[in-house]
Amino acid sequence: MGSSSSSMDNIPNAEELMQETGFSAAHLLRLYERFEFLDKDQTGELRPEDFGAVGGLALNPIGDRIISAFFSPGRETVDFPSFVRVLAHFRPNDTNRTRNGTQQEPVNSRTRKLKFAFQLYDQDRDGKISRAELLQVLRAMLGIQVTEEQLQSIAERAIQEADLDRDDAISFDEFRKSLEKVNIDHKMSIRFLK
Amino acid sequence: MIPAMFGFSLGISETYMTILVKTLEWATLKIQKASADERTLKASASNGLIQREDGSMEKELEELRRSRPKPPVGGDFTLSDCFYFTRRGIESIVEDEVTQRFTSEELFSWNLLTRTNNDFQYISLKLTLVYGLGIFVRYCILAPLRITLACIGLSWLVIGTSAVGLLPNSRIKSWLSEWVHVMCYRICARGLSATILYHNRENKPKKGGICVANHTTPIDIVILCNDGCYAMVGQVHGGLMGVVQRAMVRSCPHVWFERAEMKDRHLVTKRLRDHVNDKTKLPILIFPEGTCVNNTSVMMFKKGSFEIGATIYPVAIKYDPKFGDAFWNSSKYSMVSYLLRMMTSWALVCNVWYLPAMHQQEGEDAVQFANRVKSAIAHQGGLVDLQ
Repeated sequence: MGSSSSSMDNIPNAEELMQETGFSAAHLLRLYERFEFLDKDQTGELRPEDFGAVGGLALNPIGDRIISAFFSPGRETVDFPSFVRVLAHFRPNDTNRTRNGTQQEPVNSRTRKLKFAFQLYDQDRDGKISRAELLQVLRAMLGIQVTEEQLQSIAERAIQEADLDRDDAISFDEFRKSLEKVNIDHKMSIRFLK
Repeated sequence: MIPAMFGFSLGISETYMTILVKTLEWATLKIQKASADERTLKASASNGLIQREDGSMEKELEELRRSRPKPPVGGDFTLSDCFYFTRRGIESIVEDEVTQRFTSEELFSWNLLTRTNNDFQYISLKLTLVYGLGIFVRYCILAPLRITLACIGLSWLVIGTSAVGLLPNSRIKSWLSEWVHVMCYRICARGLSATILYHNRENKPKKGGICVANHTTPIDIVILCNDGCYAMVGQVHGGLMGVVQRAMVRSCPHVWFERAEMKDRHLVTKRLRDHVNDKTKLPILIFPEGTCVNNTSVMMFKKGSFEIGATIYPVAIKYDPKFGDAFWNSSKYSMVSYLLRMMTSWALVCNVWYLPAMHQQEGEDAVQFANRVKSAIAHQGGLVDLQ
């Protein structure tokens, strides 16, 4: 909702972004308008507080983790290309896209979606979900419904099911293996209207 | 214009409307034939970017866990549970319900106005010709006519009300002032080619009450005042608006606030209450949404006007988007450019429903009362009732 109507010229490197993320020009424009709307002080970049203004996020148990997923480690702001790249993870898989050898793996592939979810758990980005990190997420999601002992036993069970090399942590491959049967594309995609 | 002053109609506007409707229908058919294979999923009242699932959290989490056997202990969890929350979180980042209501309603078919032409491509030569003719008619013939009418209406309002204001207080004065007001608004309405259909006129707001309506544009005031006289509430402005305000106040009491007074809620409530309790004064017109919304839904009402304890007369206003988009997007257009847009649209067609009076019930606080009135208005106008 800017004060003038946006056009594609306002978006830097629009062509590249479209190639990289697979968003159409119309979607990119809408996302840009949304970005401008969230950017209340018009700096061209978003801060964690700007995300805080989104109502649905505050009620979400993992809302703050989703917000920090937008920010690269060490950075405090996110610009529009980074914003769109994160959202591109949630595009549904293009079933009719031809893959040639030179093309990079698309942003919304099953593996990339899984990696995004993995990083929501693995906050210190060491490549493994430790028992402590798992407990944190459990507390956020189940919190008041269960007691502390129940939390511990649920965490124990989850690790035992997924941890194949018995190192008391879940690596990305173990994560992926345990979610083999889940229809990731359906569950981790947002249907963008034409 | 003369017939407008006396409330008659010469039938010219009716013929114009029928021609217009026929042309638009023909244009729609042409477009539909051409794009029959490109059917899109747009729901009629949403300009959404994404389509949300309506499933509940429990149902979705169960689906996610279906691949595992259910464990005995309470409080289930799998690594995939986060998918649901992640998706919902990202959905709300991309779009949330409230901001959708502040962009103009998108039409399912084109109404031959450039400004609503979002996705439609070139269809045929005939259509383009009609479109070109339409531009000519709208800008060169209709617009100057309308601007003149509007100017006449406004100046007559100022002169007329000042003249009436010179008379001593009496019944004749109030009758004359009502007559002057309604006449000027009728001229202004003709200046916008407005066709207004009033329903349930037996529920019209009476003196000593508060009239409450949904807000889409400042023209709402013209629409409502075509059919009766109301007392306005608002801030004192400078310039042209200030002149109009001062003139209006001379002939019958309105409630204008200085900017500083607006901050003091008690003062505002007291003044409104005084006005309402005086049974000879006209009903107050208030728009509790506080801002212009795009006429597909009704936003949360501010509870201030519902705390005064007077009788509330709800009114629902619904514009027909086929003929022109009445919504004033104040961040996109200034007042003047908005008025020019209005005057170069085809016409303004709207329906006004007067709803039966409502009172605050025992044990109901102002917020609940406001919500009750909001639902009634939304239901009647066919608008979405936003919580």
